Amino acid sequence: MTGMGIVTSLGAGKADNWKRLTAGESGIKTVTRFPIDSLKTTMAGAVDFVTVDPFSSTSLSQRLAEIATEEALAQAGIGSKGDFPGPMFLAVAPIETEWPQRLEVARAVPKTDFNIIDYLATCSEGGRFTHFHRRFTFGSVALNLAETFGTKGSPISLSTACASGATAIQLGVEAIRRGETDAALCVATDGSVNPEAMVRFSLLSALSTQNDPPQAASKPFSKNRDGFVMAEGAGALVLESYDAAIARGARILGVVAGCGELTDSFHRTRSAPDGKPAIGCVRKTLADAGMEPHQIDHINAHGTSTPENDKMEYLATSAVFGEHTAKIPVSSNKSMVGHTISAAGAVEAIFSLLTLEHQRIPPTINYEVPDPAIPFDVVGNKARDAKVTAVMSNSFGFGGQNASLILTREPA
Amino acid sequence: MAEKEVWITGIGLLSSLGEGLDAHWEALADKRVNADDKRLAPYVIHPIGPVSFDAQIPKKGDQRQMETWQRIGTYAAGLALDSAGVKGNQEILSRMDMIIAAGGGERDLTVDMAIMNADAQGKLPPALLNEKLMNELRPTLFLAQLSNLLAGNIAIVHGVCGTSRTFMGEEAAGIDAARIAVARIGAGQSDIALVGAAHNGDRGDLLMLYAFGDFALKNQHSSIWSRRNNPGFAIGSAGAFLVMESREHAEARGAKPFAKLTKVVADLARRKEPGAVTKSLQAMWPKLGVGDDAILITGATGAEPATSEERAFLEQRPGLVVRAPGTTFGHTMEAQFPLGLALAALSISRGKLYPGNDPAGFEVEKPGAPTQIVVMGVGHWQGEGMALVEAAK
Repeated sequence: MTGMGIVTSLGAGKADNWKRLTAGESGIKTVTRFPIDSLKTTMAGAVDFVTVDPFSSTSLSQRLAEIATEEALAQAGIGSKGDFPGPMFLAVAPIETEWPQRLEVARAVPKTDFNIIDYLATCSEGGRFTHFHRRFTFGSVALNLAETFGTKGSPISLSTACASGATAIQLGVEAIRRGETDAALCVATDGSVNPEAMVRFSLLSALSTQNDPPQAASKPFSKNRDGFVMAEGAGALVLESYDAAIARGARILGVVAGCGELTDSFHRTRSAPDGKPAIGCVRKTLADAGMEPHQIDHINAHGTSTPENDKMEYLATSAVFGEHTAKIPVSSNKSMVGHTISAAGAVEAIFSLLTLEHQRIPPTINYEVPDPAIPFDVVGNKARDAKVTAVMSNSFGFGGQNASLILTREPA
Repeated sequence: MAEKEVWITGIGLLSSLGEGLDAHWEALADKRVNADDKRLAPYVIHPIGPVSFDAQIPKKGDQRQMETWQRIGTYAAGLALDSAGVKGNQEILSRMDMIIAAGGGERDLTVDMAIMNADAQGKLPPALLNEKLMNELRPTLFLAQLSNLLAGNIAIVHGVCGTSRTFMGEEAAGIDAARIAVARIGAGQSDIALVGAAHNGDRGDLLMLYAFGDFALKNQHSSIWSRRNNPGFAIGSAGAFLVMESREHAEARGAKPFAKLTKVVADLARRKEPGAVTKSLQAMWPKLGVGDDAILITGATGAEPATSEERAFLEQRPGLVVRAPGTTFGHTMEAQFPLGLALAALSISRGKLYPGNDPAGFEVEKPGAPTQIVVMGVGHWQGEGMALVEAAK
């Protein structure tokens, strides 16, 4: 990894994010982007300091991805402006026409009592809404990013739910290992804080409803945790083959030592109670890296703050790491930035790299009432200086999507 | 290290023509088309053929958790696993990789229309949108909509549990799903993979996106090659899945190939420049290493200007024998490229190319057993790709 860029509710850029993350600050706030009437959950880690006009979650996702990618490319110093020498793998939320745009068309229908056929006629009338097609095709964000940054070949947009960011990195790693390319741009973005997305997660009872104060809602590994907090952000990483990076004299920020993935077929939203798929995922990742459990000295947890995820994550981790589990400091960035969903895997990989660089583990804030059923060595409330040579970053998501990465410092 | 040979050992098809390989082969031979110009008139669609989902999705509870696009996909995936002889084989399924190309699932159009009408009538103050959504959306509908939940359902119903990746991005997602699967198997990163996509064309909510760009075919169904004066695609319905595996893996378990998948290439033409699609196809063509008298199955949509640019490429090679499944199946978006691969592999395994279905005469007949078929995909708005399917020796 030779370049990284990040945007979260804490700010834009590595410097700002790291400073606020290690200070234990929260980016979670009461939502102001739209009315919150009738919502059970009224807070989120929205990125309000980046604006797009007209607003859509898709446009915001694209803008966040651009900001993160610009930072990553500047750091990597690879290629030239608008000419990245490799493919792009983009983790992005599924796209559809959003409510403001739906309603804009509805207001243009020449009747006040209309059916879908009347509505469709207005959709295609005289090219008036052609730009909505350009905006809301699933491939639109990747198309625009590929044109802006000049990535090569067919850009891949992907969704593996909460594991998407990790999957984007994994696809990049695989392409480099196959020798198809010396470099890959792996980007993950999510700008999904909109009414319908919040309602959907809320109806699945996945979100925390501890709205007041908002910054205390996300409390991974705490006994009184009650759900995750939706958040926005983006992470971009420049991956290069080690040899190519060395040859061009690039500064190596860290190495993807291993990645692994294993699907859970138990349930659409719940994990197998025995944790077997997550256990298998972690084992596959260790095997891919050729490492033993005792060589991992920090876990950047998925730690969503949902009752079930955190419990299952402990179960899976302790099954693999055994007695070593208690010796591994564990932390969840989501306590501060919230759950950036499609972006989380990349955002947390970047925080893991910063942890390796600074030899300092960011805290899990709001850790006031530890859950006795999760006896992790949680880095609670205050950042901790530690010797960290290898970090495992986990992503476990809806639809049984499990992916893990092991990131290390540059080999001596 | 030499790349491993990739075999197609399983095919699962469910479409507007029905289900299964024999039904499709007969329908193609009869030049049957199942198009509907009434249901969503003036739009022409190809609804899914009659199917009892129980045969591949035995639990009603599972079916209830899905919308039609997921049922179509999960069903076709099951057919592919059956066809490859791996259905229920836990040892193989637990390490089988999966790459799905997916869009999004059905919305609750009743709820949407009620909200939009309320708004048009001035009865939807901004704050009321939340209330309506909170009260009226079915809680599990989200899971029926999420792109990656087709893969999730296939894992739950059929137990495909190695890796699971969902690609999005309309037609290109289907091309890249095949491309990445072949690359991984070829390089030894995977032994066996399930690759495919599903699309339900019987959806007013889905038509919206294509109506914005005026891409949806209206009024009358016609051959893809006769749509210049009335361009557009008729949205199709299909689940098209393939089991791909390394030759070694297939031989070790005694599996027979339909065909081998030699190469998949993809591109993203910068379409702001006229002619960019034609140029992209010209640039990809030599990578396949086939002659200009090859058989080519194209996912041509009928949408402009993409189809004219594609036709310009084809007309530079008048010896090509062309088939456009879009005439018969409609445009099945993410599934169009996997569908083309399935039809190519099926034709090779049956020792015959199915007849053309084009009154304009662009699709000519070619007797004899095909040994090579090119599959091409040109997205209606972005993304191009090609694959070479060959007889496995």
